Amino acid sequence: MDIFLQQLINGLTLGSIYALVALGYTMVYGILGLINFAHGEVVMIGALSSLTFVRLLENSGLPGTLVLLIGLLLAALVCMTLGFAIERVAYRPLRSAPRLAPLITAIGVSIVLQQLAMLIWGRGYHSVPALLPAGRHEFLGASFTNVQVVIVVVAALTMVGLTLLVNRTRLGRAMRATAENPAIAGLMGVDADRIISLTFVIGSALAALAGVLVSANYGIAHYHMGFILGLKAFTAAVLGGIGNLAGAMVGGVLLGVIEALGAGYIGDLTGGVLGSHYQDVFAFFVLIVVLVFRPSGLMGEKVAERA
Amino acid sequence: MAASLLDVLNLEVHYGGIAAVKGVSLAIEPGEMVCLIGANGAGKTTTLKALARMLPAQGEIHYRGERIDALPSHALIGRGLALVPEGRGVFSRLTIAENLAMGAYHRRDGEIAADLDRIHGLLPRLRERTSQLAGTLSGGEQQMLAIGRALMGRPKLLLLDEPSMGLAPLMVQKVFEVIRAVAAQGVTILLVEQNARLALEVCQRGYVMESGRITLADSSKALAADARVRAAYLGA
Repeated sequence: MDIFLQQLINGLTLGSIYALVALGYTMVYGILGLINFAHGEVVMIGALSSLTFVRLLENSGLPGTLVLLIGLLLAALVCMTLGFAIERVAYRPLRSAPRLAPLITAIGVSIVLQQLAMLIWGRGYHSVPALLPAGRHEFLGASFTNVQVVIVVVAALTMVGLTLLVNRTRLGRAMRATAENPAIAGLMGVDADRIISLTFVIGSALAALAGVLVSANYGIAHYHMGFILGLKAFTAAVLGGIGNLAGAMVGGVLLGVIEALGAGYIGDLTGGVLGSHYQDVFAFFVLIVVLVFRPSGLMGEKVAERA
Repeated sequence: MAASLLDVLNLEVHYGGIAAVKGVSLAIEPGEMVCLIGANGAGKTTTLKALARMLPAQGEIHYRGERIDALPSHALIGRGLALVPEGRGVFSRLTIAENLAMGAYHRRDGEIAADLDRIHGLLPRLRERTSQLAGTLSGGEQQMLAIGRALMGRPKLLLLDEPSMGLAPLMVQKVFEVIRAVAAQGVTILLVEQNARLALEVCQRGYVMESGRITLADSSKALAADARVRAAYLGA
């Protein structure tokens, strides 16, 4: 039972991060019908650039939490600029092109960003300093750290904030209207280009946050960390129903939990043949099952309507 | 000529290599209610879409003394030009209240709530259902919502594309009552309609469009009496 609870806690932590990243995929898809495969790399840039800012401030005498916060804000600015630029350079010129074209530029942007990060930060693994006050808590035989608490709480608050933004504000209403029909939204005075840019900027800010949280969780960051994370978050978005915000959140958390439980029990289930390093298998197994039995995802709408 | 609310000169629209609108010119004075009638595929909807800058077009569009033919579509409602599109185009995944709020998206003034009240007075069905998703409404109710949404933008010129399309006769009557009420409030209306009889009944003036060109322009009374119009569109 304690393994179950322990893995549930670990899965919840990981799942909150997947959810934050998945939101970026799903928001862009909701508005453009496009999978922004470069999104995972934005997470990576967020993690590494915040690390650089943290290193610069490390010996400034400021409290660790404040350093982390400043690092996060600056990284968010970097990522928001990057997200804005990606849309302008890689997607906007292809707005009316066949759907395959922006998919290819997405992969291109992804490779460019990864290589750029390698040139800037090198090929090595960077250790991320622990800036939050260390602490471990026991709970019914399982344990969790302060970092895990912060991750889950911050991710949850962010998701509540985003939900309110999308459902309760003038901007959110315009985003939903544009997602449904950009031409008609235009008649209402909505500048679709501006809404699309903002969507990328907001998604990239979430990516920066996810990058900082995931590197704090594992204590390391590296130039190719965005690839597998992006792929899993994309899986989470599809699992929840791509284009659906609540779906991305549920899908992210669910995927994290499935993965953690899978990793926890795979040894027992296979009599020790497969170990917990097979945990990645679960995410993609889930993706295949979802695509076969419920292609529109758990909370998705009928796919056929979107041409 | 500069005094007209809307002046269109030689409007042309091409889909690929095919000309859908071939040099349409028309003028609308403030306070008028004008219709554009014609058969299916004559280019009526394309003309309206071009006027709303939803399609690339050649020719000049003068609106209140300003050339608007190079402006983006989203710049028009702020100038008082609104289009209720063919097929209504309500945001089906937004509630009725949100659809109406979208109509006032460009406005920053303090009279939005008062306008909402006024529109609820005009369209009481919408008030009863403010938190319902627009996609759950009937076709007629969606048409009402689309008109109400456009009115929330305080248009001076309202372009209406086939408001009777797909509606039951009783609903058509109701929709046209609303259109008349809107016109009575001083909104200038350009109505595109396949139901020529109805259009000529409510409008003072009309244009007849055939395969991309305006072939007749006259008062509704004269058009309704014209032998060609009677034969082609009024079934008499």
